[in-house]
Amino acid sequence: MSNFEYSGENEIKFQEYVSRYPLIDSVMLPALWLVQEQLGWVSPEAMIYVADKLGKTPIQVYEVATFYTMFNLKPIGKHHIELCKTLSCMLCGSQKIKNHIKETIGIEAGQTSADGLFHLSEVECLGACGGAPMFALNGEYHEKLTIEKVDELIKECKK
Amino acid sequence: MITKIVSKNFDIPNSHKLEVALANGRYSSIPKLFSMTPDEVTAEVTASGLRGKGGGGAACGPKWELMPKNDPRPAYLIVNGDESEPGTFKDRQIFQYDPHLLIEGIICTCYAINAHHAYIYIRGEYKFFIDRLNEAIKEAYEAGIIGNKIMNTHDFKVDITVHRGGGAYICGEKSALIESLEGKRGHPRLKPAGKECEWFFDNPATVNNVETIASVPNIVENGSIGYTKYGTPKSPGTMLFAISGPVKNPGVYEMAYGNKMIDFLNILGGGMIDGKKLKAIIPGGSSCPILTADEVQKAVLDYESMWDIGSTLGTGGMIVIDEDTSMVDVAKNLIEFYHHESCGQCTPCREGTGWIDKILKKILNGEGSKEDLNTILDVCDTMNGKTVCVFAPAVKDIIESIVRKFPHEFDIHFKN
Repeated sequence: MSNFEYSGENEIKFQEYVSRYPLIDSVMLPALWLVQEQLGWVSPEAMIYVADKLGKTPIQVYEVATFYTMFNLKPIGKHHIELCKTLSCMLCGSQKIKNHIKETIGIEAGQTSADGLFHLSEVECLGACGGAPMFALNGEYHEKLTIEKVDELIKECKK
Repeated sequence: MITKIVSKNFDIPNSHKLEVALANGRYSSIPKLFSMTPDEVTAEVTASGLRGKGGGGAACGPKWELMPKNDPRPAYLIVNGDESEPGTFKDRQIFQYDPHLLIEGIICTCYAINAHHAYIYIRGEYKFFIDRLNEAIKEAYEAGIIGNKIMNTHDFKVDITVHRGGGAYICGEKSALIESLEGKRGHPRLKPAGKECEWFFDNPATVNNVETIASVPNIVENGSIGYTKYGTPKSPGTMLFAISGPVKNPGVYEMAYGNKMIDFLNILGGGMIDGKKLKAIIPGGSSCPILTADEVQKAVLDYESMWDIGSTLGTGGMIVIDEDTSMVDVAKNLIEFYHHESCGQCTPCREGTGWIDKILKKILNGEGSKEDLNTILDVCDTMNGKTVCVFAPAVKDIIESIVRKFPHEFDIHFKN
């Protein structure tokens, strides 16, 4: 049995999504996004809940949730740093930014800091090549990064 | 060098707001649109020679003509804003600076193909741009521009829904995109033997790139003549070209087709940073054969000219590589991308990308030999043309071209 359910606000959003598509099947990704916005990650319980709402089996939801890299299948730190590692960023010094994050926060890609404050992901091209090097911090793009800018942003998160 | 059609309003403050958009010519194509029949609109777009700007460069009008006539099922327009090709960051400029141009283009296209609902599929990471576009759509609904009537007057219903992806490069492939829109894994579909439209839950659908749709209002308003006066006879019009890497002014610039690549690099791109020498350019997103510095001198930015020199124009997003960069590092970086993003459906792609990744790692560790390069070329051959979609052939294009054009750079890593 599932012990997850949408907040009242998300239930309204879910119903709005249902009304926008010819079949409810299309609501799969929007439904998973609502889960992640509410919970910070997509738990197995939430997958069962979504399956129930969409008339799918839990495994059908699981196979979608595991295909798309943006869905966190485990809880992650409070502040999510997604550092772009693809070519234009590499050419403009993303490795230097990565090393600096490693030195200041003490985490490698894929790790959450001991205090639970930061999670670092190395991700593929975020479509901000003109602003390389860049990362997304909690989904917000920060481009043309320098060590100073990174320090400032980290300081801001620690407040 | 700059020719502004799609990017005309980008520099106007608050250009994304409806009020500003209206004051600067947005939705001005609508009266003309409804004075034409849908077939006339399609014919005008066909005559304009407008080509898909998402990478393939297929003609847009003939694609619309594939929609079945007098079909009782509802038709759909699906706008591809997945924009995940490394080096490509143009559609986001439209979302950010002129979302109403996209909405206007959607109205025009929906009318031409008789669709009443358009879905805009946008990559999940573009949260800011999704929010920006949703605000514009809300404004358009509230002003009666879209909904049950167009501009409160024309009896034609258009609904627009933004669909957020989940971070999968392959969903930029149109059939994978539809699979994803249907709530499934983004696995590309087998292609039909003949030409036909796409199918969204077995309903006829057309998939067009964001920039393509944004190019339509100008063609409706000024006719095909207004479009073909720019560019070359076979690649008419303009494109949002992008440049990134170690150049002074990376960014997105709209130009007519037919400009020289080297001029684009030196004039709009500002040339190389720190006076470095150019080594190579990957022309249009990472999935195109790489060009050496000598080839760049000859390259002209239109589809046919790029084919003539053995590459493709792709998305027009160029990645510039300087003399200090190792091409083995470039190949490794890109194969990691493709290895991660292969959807896993076809064996040659799923295994081939991983295999090349492992070989390049071995070479970079100083444990490779010349024979490994032959193995890479052999794996490329196995990936080319033997899979459901063009992902694997694209991997072959970029990796093979790096190995063939820069073999000496691999040599220095070989043992002994």
